[in-house]
Amino acid sequence: MNDFNQVALLLLIMVPLAGSLLMMFMPGEDKKEAWYFAIFVSGISLALSLIIFARYDYDLGGFQFIRTYEWLPGPLDINLSLGIDGISAPLVLLNGIILFGGVLISQTIKHRTRDFFVLLLALSAGVYGVFAVRDLFFLFFFYELAVLPMYLLIGVWGSSTDFGTFLRTKEYGAMKLILFLVAGSILVWVGILAVYVEAANNGAATFSLQGLGVLAQTGQFDPTFQTWVFPLFMVGFGVLAGLWPFHTWSPDGHVAAPTAVSMLHAGVLMKLGAYGIIRVGIFLLPEGADNWMPVLVSLGAVNVIYGAVSAMSQKDLKYIIGYSSVSHMGYVIIGIATLDNVGMGGAVLQMFSHGVMTGLMFLLVGAIYHQTHTRDIMVLKGLVGRMPVNSFFFAIAGLASLGLPGLSGFVAEFMVFVGAFRTYMPLAIIAVIGAALTAVYILRLLARTFLGEADPQWPDLKDASPIEMSVGAAFVGIIIFVGVWPEPLMRVINVGVQTIPGV
Amino acid sequence: MNNLTDNLELLTPEFALAGLAFLVFVVDLFLPKDRKGFLPWLSIAGLLALIAGSLVMLWDEEELLYDGLLAVDAFALFFKIFFMGLGVFIILSSMDFVKNKLDHQGEFYGILLFSILGMNIMAQSRELLTAYIALELLSFSLYVLAAYAKGDARSNESALKYIIIGAVSSAILLYGVSMVYSTVGVTKFDDIASALALAAEVSPALWVGVALILVGLMFKVSAVPFHMWAPDVYEGAPYPVTAYLAIGSKAAAFALILRLVAEGFVPAGDRWEQWQLIIAVLAGASMLVGNFVALAQKNLKRLMAYSSIGHVGFILAGIAALSSSSDLASNGVMFYLVGYSITNLVVFAAIISFFNMTGKEMIADLGGLADHQPFLAASMAMGMFSLAGLPIFAGFTIKFYLFTAVATEGLLWLAGLAIFSSLISLYYYLQIIRQMYIEPAPAADGGGDLLQAHPALTQRPSLTLLTVLGSGMAAIIWLGVYPKPLIDTIQAASRAILP
Repeated sequence: MNDFNQVALLLLIMVPLAGSLLMMFMPGEDKKEAWYFAIFVSGISLALSLIIFARYDYDLGGFQFIRTYEWLPGPLDINLSLGIDGISAPLVLLNGIILFGGVLISQTIKHRTRDFFVLLLALSAGVYGVFAVRDLFFLFFFYELAVLPMYLLIGVWGSSTDFGTFLRTKEYGAMKLILFLVAGSILVWVGILAVYVEAANNGAATFSLQGLGVLAQTGQFDPTFQTWVFPLFMVGFGVLAGLWPFHTWSPDGHVAAPTAVSMLHAGVLMKLGAYGIIRVGIFLLPEGADNWMPVLVSLGAVNVIYGAVSAMSQKDLKYIIGYSSVSHMGYVIIGIATLDNVGMGGAVLQMFSHGVMTGLMFLLVGAIYHQTHTRDIMVLKGLVGRMPVNSFFFAIAGLASLGLPGLSGFVAEFMVFVGAFRTYMPLAIIAVIGAALTAVYILRLLARTFLGEADPQWPDLKDASPIEMSVGAAFVGIIIFVGVWPEPLMRVINVGVQTIPGV
Repeated sequence: MNNLTDNLELLTPEFALAGLAFLVFVVDLFLPKDRKGFLPWLSIAGLLALIAGSLVMLWDEEELLYDGLLAVDAFALFFKIFFMGLGVFIILSSMDFVKNKLDHQGEFYGILLFSILGMNIMAQSRELLTAYIALELLSFSLYVLAAYAKGDARSNESALKYIIIGAVSSAILLYGVSMVYSTVGVTKFDDIASALALAAEVSPALWVGVALILVGLMFKVSAVPFHMWAPDVYEGAPYPVTAYLAIGSKAAAFALILRLVAEGFVPAGDRWEQWQLIIAVLAGASMLVGNFVALAQKNLKRLMAYSSIGHVGFILAGIAALSSSSDLASNGVMFYLVGYSITNLVVFAAIISFFNMTGKEMIADLGGLADHQPFLAASMAMGMFSLAGLPIFAGFTIKFYLFTAVATEGLLWLAGLAIFSSLISLYYYLQIIRQMYIEPAPAADGGGDLLQAHPALTQRPSLTLLTVLGSGMAAIIWLGVYPKPLIDTIQAASRAILP
């Protein structure tokens, strides 16, 4: 089995990538076979993610499944070094789960089916890549790979939203999203070049995260330099994490995207941003990070409140979930900014928990929208009579989102609060208020949309399909499991969090 | 001084290329009109044979010819193979167009071969006047090619503009050469370097002379503020010629600049820095102007013209970063030239086949292309993503390599500017992808269904164009995923010109 450990991460990236390339040559554009093939590929990916997560040895800690493939040696020193630690292991698992779920419920994609899955698999290969590499070049490579397919995925298969007075087209959402994200990544790119040049000036030109990490820990990076460069990473990756005030692409993008893409996007892609802040920003520039944490924690607090207040004033189901994602990513950001082992652990757990929870919500909304063709909560009502299972699942996801004990959201948010109370007391109080606001909009949504008398407008409204139901049930299972027994995740996360400098 | 005829056999590929061009002219005279299709294949076969021959003959060869006027080294070999390879693909993508839209096929390919000869010598020359003559051989061939659609007023206008601007820039270049010669008394690149290094101070005449040489070359590569001719010439010239202008002539001019700067100026150390800053500023201006103006374009050829001005800015940034201490920047420039040329080749091949099918050339005409020509749309989209610098395509690795090189040489601001302009460019490249994939097909001229008006749109692109597209796409992905073999070759080429 040690042979497996050697190639596990390479397989993890290559399976979806090869699947995507193979599928390009599949004859016929709109055939069902593309869906079956995508299920097959994402099934293998999920299995690989599960095995890797299970085989990650938390007693040993540190980076495991290490393997380095030479790519460009010499002056640049770029290598495909693979390895995951306690922070990336749960996120790899998360990507496997969301991807498989997203592909399963995508049988509704009838138009250019093949191209849809080609792009979706390429995107998920990018996500796996970011979590599994230990080289700055490849991290950026996969980061961009994960962002790039979004434009077409939203632009071609998305849906436009009519606000009555104006139309938010899918093209608008797609273009806004891609421009914001690439604008963020140019900051990251400049930051990467700056770090490389600084390392070269110290006589150790390399893109290896490990090599750069050694430089950082031995104090070779000048503190002033760190203070200047850290904001590039903080804001650059922060854009993808939905950091206020750079979050505006996120609700528009989520709303315009087709269900599976919303799931992957809110569920996994936004986590790449938060992961980048930890892996690149804090690991390589610990002193710069230290100086900027008060700013980051304040922005995170604004995220929580601003996202929640915005969600309260929305009428579109997807916009509500989109803004609630912004709000929940705020907890992740606060958790990271505490630089406290409990807070940071909470942040990573929140990434996992929010990924599953939000994926579930988008899935259920997709099932509703597919039949009603509206997502307006003023119009939809009494769904519980027609769609009992769907409504029940939505209630679970909603309750997890507002932090009901016994569900995954509670554990994560509680840990973030503990971390925040230890370090930034006033902001922690604001964050707790944000949790209360979440309750307001979630309960309002549940009451309006699902409870009450059934609307005769859709007499033949059916409950979620068997596939949607089983995926939903699996997600609900995960939410409850993590809520009652977070230990299997936390013991892995904890060994990862301990290695973060400054924690 | 060694004998002028020493080692003359090393120039066999050039003599053979000239012979091939004449052969094409002569065979053309004897071929009946309906058999002219033989000529491009003759040219391709000749070029392939020359590529193989050069590789066998000149591998690991390092000699100076004619007392140091021409160099036979890894750098020259690299570019010769590159240019002749480009020539093969340009001919492949022009065949349909030339057959259906132009007269005098034979001369077209003959002149094309002469221009490749000019490019080959540009990459080899290490003396100002030799370089000038090679450059003129290329330019004159291009003037004729730009005017090749005789009956088309736009082609004539384009050629006229090109000749006038070309003549002016050649005059400036020549004037610069004479000023340099009058002050330091030498014209060989390495002699200029030692004269610069030894001179007690740089006299104003020398300063202006070098600046004029640079300006003349900036005209040729259409860097801002000497770029005005490019969009007009690109728009009017026949399609394959536009492609050739954007890919071949630019790469050749950069090969010349690379050798001139690396052998003639960089060894002069501090003295070089005053001109270096000028190049860096021009590079920044080209990136910004090219990419911002491209945002407003509606015509595909003009869009590609402005996009190429932006890319010239990126390459110039690499030239400004050349240094004697590391070969990163010169590797980066060559790597960029290769990746950019291949990507551009794919884009132009796609544009040419679209034009062959419909005769249309506006961005808006591309609507719905993904529905009736999925392969064409996919190759075009891949080209656009690569030009925008996104993985897993060549554009990402070449940009990352080049910008890293620029940043390492202390020009982090320029690298930052380059990255920022890449973001701007993403917007207009995505507009093309949006037209093809999201927008529906426009109505044909005067209403009616587009596919009925242009039945060719439902048929496959010709096999020659498919070959170009297919191999180009494979190369784009290969360079984007595993560029090491190419970079190793490039590194050897760099070592030949850097001290």
